[in-house]
Amino acid sequence: MATAELRAEALLTVREESYLLIVWRRFRRHRVALVGAVILLAFILIAVLAPWIAPYDPYAQNLLLKNAGPSPAHWLGTDELGRDVLSRLIYAARISLTVAFVVTLISQTTGALIGAISGYFGGWVDNVIQRVVDFMLTLPLLPLLLTVSALLSDVTLPGLTREWSSVVIIILVLSLFGWMGSARLVRGVVLSLREQTFTEAARALGMSDLQIVIRHMIPNAMAPIIVSATLSLGTVIILEAALSFLGFGVQPPVPTWGNMLNNAQADMWTQPFKAIIPGFCIFLTSLSFNFVGDGLRDALDPRLKR
Amino acid sequence: MQRDGREILLEVRDLRTYFFTEDGVVKAVDGVSFHVRRGEILGLVGESGCGKSVTSLSIMRLITPPGRILGGQVLFDGIDLLKLPEPEMVRLRGSRISMIFQQPVSCLNPVFKIGDQIAEVFQVHEGLSRIEGWKRAIELLQMVGIPDPERRAHSYPHELSGGMAQRVMIAMALALGPELLIADEPTTALDVTIQAQILDLMRELQRRMHTAIILITHDMGIVAEMCDRVAVMYAGQIIEEADVRTIFADPQHPYTRGLLGSIPVMGVVKPRLDTIPGTVPNLINLPPGCRFAPRCQARLEHQARLGNRCLEENPPLFHTGPGHQVRCWLYR
Repeated sequence: MATAELRAEALLTVREESYLLIVWRRFRRHRVALVGAVILLAFILIAVLAPWIAPYDPYAQNLLLKNAGPSPAHWLGTDELGRDVLSRLIYAARISLTVAFVVTLISQTTGALIGAISGYFGGWVDNVIQRVVDFMLTLPLLPLLLTVSALLSDVTLPGLTREWSSVVIIILVLSLFGWMGSARLVRGVVLSLREQTFTEAARALGMSDLQIVIRHMIPNAMAPIIVSATLSLGTVIILEAALSFLGFGVQPPVPTWGNMLNNAQADMWTQPFKAIIPGFCIFLTSLSFNFVGDGLRDALDPRLKR
Repeated sequence: MQRDGREILLEVRDLRTYFFTEDGVVKAVDGVSFHVRRGEILGLVGESGCGKSVTSLSIMRLITPPGRILGGQVLFDGIDLLKLPEPEMVRLRGSRISMIFQQPVSCLNPVFKIGDQIAEVFQVHEGLSRIEGWKRAIELLQMVGIPDPERRAHSYPHELSGGMAQRVMIAMALALGPELLIADEPTTALDVTIQAQILDLMRELQRRMHTAIILITHDMGIVAEMCDRVAVMYAGQIIEEADVRTIFADPQHPYTRGLLGSIPVMGVVKPRLDTIPGTVPNLINLPPGCRFAPRCQARLEHQARLGNRCLEENPPLFHTGPGHQVRCWLYR
C-alpha cells in the first residue's frame, strides 16, 4: 500500500504542467506565428484604444483642408472631405476587426453545431445537411455576396442609422455564407468520436443525444475549431474589405479599410500611400491571422507530444 | 413476482437482436430469456462473439444501426423497457440501470477532469450545480477507494491507470444507487492483481448498496468467485443456466463441460488442458440443428442414441433440476 501511494504522489507532481502551458510552449517555437500574434495584438490594442490614440475625430470634416498631403498636424494627410486619414485608419481597425470577430463567432459556432449534429445523428439528417453544405459551397461566393448585399443595401434596421445598419447587415451576410467550412470539419471529427467508447458510456449513464453533442462532442473538437476560426478571421477581413471596396459593404462615413481603399482611388496617382496604407493593413492582419492559425494548428495537434 | 424467495428485478424474454449487414443478417441474440433477482449477481458467460455484449446493450437499448431489436420483452421492475419512450429510457439509464465496460480509460471523455465527469451524472439526473456535483464526486471517489480524492478529481483520464479508471467508472455507474449494474467484462483489460481489487470493490459495493449485477465474462474463475447464478451463452442463445454450485459440480451441456475443462484445476495434473475443437459458427449461416453440434464431442459418442437429430433440430431448453436448464438433446 505504501508503495502504491508513493507512486501516486510521484505522478501528481509530474503532471503539474497544464495543457495550456504545453500549447503555449509549442506555439512559441513557431516564430512566424509569434510575429503574427504580436502584430495582431498591436492591431487589437489600437482598435480598443482608438478614442485615446486617434489625433482627431474620424468624422470631423474640415473643408478648408481637403486632400492634403502629410504634415506634422495630419501625418497621413486628409481625405476629400478634409477628415484626418490616420484617425480614420485607426477607427477602421475597430470596424474591420469587430466585423471579423463577430462573423467568425457566429459562423463558426453555428457551423460547429450543425456539423456536430450532422455527424452524430448520421443517416438522413447527415445526408440532408451535407447536401445543403455542398450546395452552398458550389455557389460562387463573391458574386453571391455582392448580390445579397446589394439587395440589402437600402435596408435600415430599426434604431440604427443607414451606415450602421450596413455594418450589421454585412455581419449577417458574411455569417450566412461562412459556416460551411467548420460544419464539414466538425462533422468529420464527430464521425470518429461517435465510434469511441466514451460516447457509448455517456449514453449508458443516461445522457441524451443533445447533451452528448454539446457536452462531449464539441469540446473534443475544440482544437480544430479554434484553428479554423483563426483562419476564418483572415478570410472575413478580406471579404469585408472587398465588399466595402466595391461599395456594397460598410457604408461611409463609417470607416473601414475597404471603403478607405475605395476612397483613395481618385488620388491613386498623386497620393498613392493613401491607398497603400489601408491595403497594407488588410494584408498584414489577414496574413497574421493565417500565421497564427498555422501556429495553433501545430501547437494544438494532440498527436505531437511536448 | 416471486421465485425462490427474492423478487425478480429483470426478466428478459425471448430477446432477439439482429444486425442487418451487407453480408447478411447476423443473429447476434436469438431468443434469449433469463432473469435477475434483486441483489443477485448473474454471470453471463461465453466466448467472444457469442452475443453477451449485444444482450447487455439490448437491455440498455443502446443498439445502433445496423443492429435492431426485433422482438422479445425486457421487463425491468415490471416495465417493458423495449416499449418505453426514449426520453424515459434516457432518464432510466444511469439512475436505475447502469453499465460499465471493458476499456475503462476510453470510456472517459479525454478532455474533462474526472471530477467534472462524475459531477455531470448528478447535473444531468438530479439537476445539481457543478459545485454540488463536484462535492458528491469526491465522496464517490473516496467510496471506490481512490487515495487523495480531492486532488485526484482534478486528473484527466489519460493520467489514470486502467484500475483507477475502472474505479472511476464504477463510481459514475453507482452514483445514483441503481438497482441493476451491467458489467461487461469489467476486468478483462486489467492486470491480474488489479482484477482482484476491482472485483472485491464491486462485491463490497454490491453488498452495501444491494445492487443486482449482470457480470459478463469469459473467465470461469471470476464466475466461481463472484456469481450466484450463471447463464452460459453460445452463438446467440443461452445453452445452460444454473446456480453457480451446480454449474461447477454438475455441468451438463457439452459446451459448458468444455469451458470448465479448459481451465486448470489446483492439484489435478493434466498433460495439457482440454480445448474445444473448431470455432464459433458464423452467425449469418447458422446450422439448422443444434448450434454446437459441429464441434460437439458428445454427439459423436452418443450417435447411436441420438441419431442425426442434433444436426437437424435445434433443441429447446430442458429442465434437469431445480433452476437448472440445458439446451441439449442428451437431456430430453
